This record gives sequence, C-alpha cells and structure tokens, in this order.
Amino acid sequence: MIPAAFDYQRADSKEQAISLLSEHGDEAKLLAGGHSLIPLMKYRLAAPGIVVDVGRVNELSYVREEGDHLAIGALTRHREIETSELVLANTGLLAAATKQVGDPQVRHRGTIGGALAHGDPASDIPSAVLALRASFIIEGPSGEREVEADDFFTGFLETALEPEELLTEIRVPKLPNSTWSFQKFNRRAQDWAIVGASVLIADNQCGVGLVNMDSKPVRAAALEEAIENGASAEEASELAAEGLEPPSDLNASTEYRSHLARVLTKRGLQESGK
Amino acid sequence: MTINGTAVSAEVEPRTLLVHFIREQASLKGTNIGCDSSSCGACTVHLNGESVKSCTVLAVQADEQEVTTIEGLADGETLHPMQEAFRDCHALQCGYCTPGMVMAAVSLLDEVPTPTELEVREGLEGNLCRCTGYHNIVKAVLQASGSKS
Repeated sequence: MIPAAFDYQRADSKEQAISLLSEHGDEAKLLAGGHSLIPLMKYRLAAPGIVVDVGRVNELSYVREEGDHLAIGALTRHREIETSELVLANTGLLAAATKQVGDPQVRHRGTIGGALAHGDPASDIPSAVLALRASFIIEGPSGEREVEADDFFTGFLETALEPEELLTEIRVPKLPNSTWSFQKFNRRAQDWAIVGASVLIADNQCGVGLVNMDSKPVRAAALEEAIENGASAEEASELAAEGLEPPSDLNASTEYRSHLARVLTKRGLQESGK
Repeated sequence: MTINGTAVSAEVEPRTLLVHFIREQASLKGTNIGCDSSSCGACTVHLNGESVKSCTVLAVQADEQEVTTIEGLADGETLHPMQEAFRDCHALQCGYCTPGMVMAAVSLLDEVPTPTELEVREGLEGNLCRCTGYHNIVKAVLQASGSKS
C-alpha cells in the first residue's frame, strides 16, 4: 500500500513549521513520527496535499522539570518518555501508559505530541494526560496559548488545534506521591485497547481517563466525583460508563465496553490503593 | 542516506516507503514486506541504531540518516552473534519473519543487554512468526545475550 501523491516539505524549526502551515492551511498535515499519519495515508483515509515534516525539529524533544510540573516537548518519542528518569519519578502513570503503545518499533518512532494531536479515542496516551490534568502549549502565527487536556479533545480525531497551529509542549503536574494504575484490555500484545483506563489518586483528588469509551478521549467524571466523596472502588466503578457513548464494532458492543470500563476501573482503583 | 555503511542516493517521490527504497533503489532484498501495516515486523530495520518498521517510514524521513538492514549485520563471512544464535537454536522455520526478527532482537539487546525471558517476549511483541516458532526464537535471543555478557 502506497499513499496518494503529496508534496513534502521539511521544517527545521517550529517557526518554519508554523509558517508552512499558515501558507498551506487545510491542505497541509504535520508529520512527526508518522505512526498515526502514515498508516492513514497508506489506507487512503487521509490524502493531504502537502506533508510538513517536523520530525527533525529537535528543539521540541525534551523532558524538563519546571516548578510544579514536567515540561515535555511535543516531539519527544515514546521510548524516551517511558525510560525518562524524570517521568518515572514524577508521573509514573504517563510512563506506564506510554509503555503500552504499540510495540518497541512503534515507540522508537512515535511521539507524544503526534499521538495527542491525532485525537484518537482508541489511543492510550490521551487517557493518561486526562487523568493527570495535563495542559497543552499550542503555538500559531498569533502566538502561544495554553489549553487544558479537557478542552483539547473536541471530537473523533478532532482537537482544539487550528490548521495553522502546532502543539509544542505538554505540561504534566509533578505527582511523585500519587498512586496510579494503567489498565488495558486487548486481544493481542500489540493491539489497540478494546477499552483502557488510566487511574490516578493524588491526595484527595481522583483522575480517571478512558480509552475507547466515547467518540473522543474522555474522563469518567461521575466515578471521579464518587471517589472524591468517599465511595469505595466497587461502588465508584459502577459509574465508569455513566454519560458516555462507547462505540460498537467487531471487537465489542457498547454494552461489553461499558462492562469492561467498570471492571478495569475497579481493578485500577484497587491497584491505586482504593 | 547511508545503508549498511554505503551511501545510497536516488530521486524518489515523497510517498516512497523506506522498505521500497531499500528493496528497489538499494537492491537489498533481505528486508521482507509482510503485512504492510506496521503489525508483523517482517520489514524491521535499524534507523540510526533503533528498530523501526520500514513499511511505516517514508524514505525521505531517512534522508541523511543511517539505516542498517539484515545484510549489514554480518562481518564478511562471520555472522553477527544474533545470526549465529538463530542458527544454533534453529530459530527459524519458513524464514520469512527471520530478518525482521533478528533486527528487532539486536535492537532489544542494545537497550536491555541481559533480558529475562519475559523481557525478550515483550521486546519482540512487534514481530509475528506465523510458523509460531517463538520458543526457539526466544531461546536464541537469550543465548545471544549470554554470549554478549
């Protein structure tokens, strides 16, 4: 399978990337590690007129400690995140979710920013950043803005990013004393999750992000509130699918996904000490 | 780009996949195309020393980079220790997955020099052997790691 023909431009800096995006608008698509975009292009589900390759904008590949959060460059590869001492010590949930993405070859290429900007409800990483209440730094022709994870995912494969904007950094709160669990149910080792759950308990705060439980990456808000109000894991997990519309497909029906969400969040909460 | 230490240069369409560049422009046919959808790992090569699935990398992304294929592992007539271990342990049946399996295994040992059996199995989760010859493949990787340490 070969993608439809496209023009290719390599950007050497984030400024150059933004200027190319501004020039080409809707026709352009950013290429980072390529492990979301290239498969879509090979299946001809995406056929951008121009691909802007930001894969070598090395200034956007870093993990830094900045006050109460970790600043992670959008082009940091999964492998670097899952092995980063800073990530492992301060936000173990993100490392655990990242380690479950695809397989080693995929994680050598794929980037955190690419996975998030793709906005796929079946992806593991959005569930972790939602549970962690991370925020996103977005840069465009008119400057920089910060968007909360909750406001970033707007629909199926849709995010708050405008066509001429670039996701540059993910800010993840440092929570070295949190307890957490990443749960993923799939059929084969490298498969996407049928349902997954990122569970985080930090002091009295509870964060639960879900994989494949709606048309976009979502939090289990009713469950989180129940835990914060003192419910047990058993009681709270009953609310895991409340208000959500999980898809029905060849892998699982809506009812089965809701069941999995209850089971996986219960396990996750228990593993996190609830 | 440099493939197995040799500079290879060609004008290609941006949509050319790295695996096609390797097989057609560089005429190195050891890298196989299996599923063509980044599942099976038959097309695994090293890009700057790390395993990647060359069906999901554009050739232009490897421009000016270092690529190593299965043909680049042996030193003349002397097999790479991983190739030697695969031969010793009879870690292949039909052989189709073997080049990708060996490349993935070499990359794994670069990152985890003395893995446990579980780490080998997890480290090779991106490579499928449809003869289901995993037992001897895992044995070979463990043997190669022993000879390394």
